[in-house]
Amino acid sequence: MSPENPTRREVLGLAGSGLFVIFPAQTPRPGYPADFNAYLRIDADGRVTCLVGKVELGQGSKTALAQLLAEELDVALESVDMVMGDTDVCPWDGGTHGSLSIRQFGPVLRGAAAEARAVLLELAAERLGAPVGRLQVKAGVVTDSQAAGQRVTYAQLVQGKRIERHLEKTPLKAVAGYTVVGQSPRRKDALDKVTGRAKYAGDMAVPGTLHARILRPPAHGATLKDADTTAAEKVAGVRVVKDGDMVAVLHERRDVADQVLDLIKARFDRPRPGQDDKTIFDHLLKAAPEGRVVDQSGDIVQGAQASENLVEKTYLNSYVAHAAMETHSATAMIEGGKVTVWVGTQSPFGVQQQVAQALGFTPQNVRVVTPYVGGGFGGKSAARQAIEAARLAKLTGKPVQVVWDRAEEFFYDTFRPAAVVTIVSGLTRAGKISVWDYKVYCAGDRECKQFYDIPHQRTVSAGGWSGASTPGLHPFGIGPWRAPSVNTNTFARESHIDILANKAGVDPVEFRLGHLSDKRVRRVLEAAAKQFDWKPAPTPSRRGVGVACAIYLGTYVATMAEVTVDKSTGRVEVKRVVCAQDQDVTVSPDGSRQQMESSITMGLGYALTEEVRFKDGEVLERNFDTYRIPRFSWLPKIETVLIENPETPASGCGEPPIVTMGAVVANAIFDAVGARMFQLPMTPARILEALKRG
Amino acid sequence: MQRTISFTLNGKPARVTVDDQRTLLWVLRGDFGLTSVKFGCGAALCGACTVIVEKAAVRSCATPIKDVAGKRVLTIEGLSQDRELHPIQDAFLKRHAFQCGFCTPGMILSAYALLLKTPRPARAEIIRHMDDNLCRCGSHVRIVEAIQEAAGSMKGGAR
Repeated sequence: MSPENPTRREVLGLAGSGLFVIFPAQTPRPGYPADFNAYLRIDADGRVTCLVGKVELGQGSKTALAQLLAEELDVALESVDMVMGDTDVCPWDGGTHGSLSIRQFGPVLRGAAAEARAVLLELAAERLGAPVGRLQVKAGVVTDSQAAGQRVTYAQLVQGKRIERHLEKTPLKAVAGYTVVGQSPRRKDALDKVTGRAKYAGDMAVPGTLHARILRPPAHGATLKDADTTAAEKVAGVRVVKDGDMVAVLHERRDVADQVLDLIKARFDRPRPGQDDKTIFDHLLKAAPEGRVVDQSGDIVQGAQASENLVEKTYLNSYVAHAAMETHSATAMIEGGKVTVWVGTQSPFGVQQQVAQALGFTPQNVRVVTPYVGGGFGGKSAARQAIEAARLAKLTGKPVQVVWDRAEEFFYDTFRPAAVVTIVSGLTRAGKISVWDYKVYCAGDRECKQFYDIPHQRTVSAGGWSGASTPGLHPFGIGPWRAPSVNTNTFARESHIDILANKAGVDPVEFRLGHLSDKRVRRVLEAAAKQFDWKPAPTPSRRGVGVACAIYLGTYVATMAEVTVDKSTGRVEVKRVVCAQDQDVTVSPDGSRQQMESSITMGLGYALTEEVRFKDGEVLERNFDTYRIPRFSWLPKIETVLIENPETPASGCGEPPIVTMGAVVANAIFDAVGARMFQLPMTPARILEALKRG
Repeated sequence: MQRTISFTLNGKPARVTVDDQRTLLWVLRGDFGLTSVKFGCGAALCGACTVIVEKAAVRSCATPIKDVAGKRVLTIEGLSQDRELHPIQDAFLKRHAFQCGFCTPGMILSAYALLLKTPRPARAEIIRHMDDNLCRCGSHVRIVEAIQEAAGSMKGGAR
């Protein structure tokens, strides 16, 4: 075997989402196209191409969306090829986030497929000379139920052409008729991923590519004074680019570029001393924008008066990194006035606009291709690396690849914001919650509204996770992190409910049920309790068991956990997690379970270890030695319970259980040792401190 | 030092003339186009770059190319013989023991090294052996199950 020199043709053929031109490029616009041809094409050989602006981050959308299309169109799932996140050929999309691919985009795709099927049936009726009512369709073959042997395939009807006929309002298939949705097929990305053939943005080896390393400041807010690149320029084959605020070195070998970057002698002006990971919470309380009442009923003052005593607590959580295994990566190539950028992104159409703006190109001259993405979790909505690669490709006239190293990944990550929640509440003499006064600072208002039966309550939210928050509020970028706002809000609410249950001397499950008229929350809670074999007892029972409930954008979860706490070291081990989830129609039960396991495992990180330490704009986390993410040795026994709810359309499942992980572990810790945790992550040091506090 | 290094790569003789301090990771990716070998941390902390050298799983991001001179190097491209999936790949496929897939080649090769040494590992041994391979998607449960299943289907006959 010799070093490979792939031809351009081969390289282009490698693109994960396919690069064949299907229809003339559509002008991106903020809305889903009405013409179903934008979403599907039927080839003469019977294969069906499904085009979507969503991307495959690992969450399984490539398979679940193919299932939805196959179901409504009545074609075999195996015959569907997915093309995802390519701005030249896929219909516009607002981004892959918020567990929206199934909940929000699903109906759009199903509608397109249902209309296409209805048109195909009309065409078949004309061809076969039989009324539509007599026709049946299975796996893309239309037959006449009253004339044996009368058949025509979709492929024969369409012959690879665009379907010009359209219909108004086509009904969607009834859930009872589903044969593909509700199954757990082999994932469409499985073979690519277990063979190593799956390509990511940093795997696009366009011939002649230069690998770029960019000079980074030591801290956010630092400005470059000067950079001496003399030594770097002497290295054979190196190009040094200085353009405005950007200093970069480029070489055809990535590791040579790494070494050359170290040869630059740069001086920076450091920012004035600012916040660190300990002072940040006071700062947020002072600097947060004005709060907004999200929900209110009854009268807070009257509720407080009806309380025996008030319980006032403050809950904190630190900044948390996305830390996807694939760092931000992009490869850019300019040819004939048009730039193609392969980007690991959750938002190809957003990146298209950003790159167009940065280069001064029209969006039509920017093609963003999204190969497989090596994890997103909200962190790949921002795509600074794509702009960097495109700028450098323009400046050098060569294809350029930018793959951040792990330190850059931590530095430019858009963290889950640090946040503060204050809750004032009280119990009546009868042990009922009489008042709930909730204020969340800087996490955001998603699902901050509580769902327990409380007569007097108010929920206020001040500031959020959107990157466009008050300038100077956060010392670095922040943004959505798997289930934005809701990890913070659920930790605070469910911890506080547990404190009230403890004050009332009532078992925490019984206490919750005593304040819950929401049937779907009750149902998941009861389902979790059954699977867990929850034995009622007031806390702390010394068994180390805990519970937490949540509603996440229409999906309902209840989680129970069992932990052990080593009182001498403060170390927590989560032994078992049971999670019940009610998510309406389930597209793929195995896919849903996988997302639940994923949420539970990932959630252990923000609960126990994950915390971005920083000082004066410098991010102290640079790699996985200090920033500890969940590992095999942390694995609890995980049991998932899926509750079918076939009367309502499918909702999302990529995020819900993660929101309960902070509170369920905190509540289990309290049950184990009687120490209440008010800050995430619940590190051994904080647990020892809480034990000392008593 | 610029030097010609000869080794066996996925069963075939390979030669490359490079600075012998360059890492195996970037030589495999850059010079041989083997992009299954992933860059995740650059400091032997995540396992995404894992390859097999002789019979051991090594972190290619922390291995200078000179260290593999005369040795056998295996990447996942060389794992499936005659286009048939290796039993570990097959188990990962069937159990969907991956999500984003970025850590998967490293996971499979780490598991391969484990089963070469310990064909019938206990669950605790699997966890201990795999603990330094990181997965952010939270596929751990399924990865452990897939390795157990592969060990079972290989009937102790690791290859």
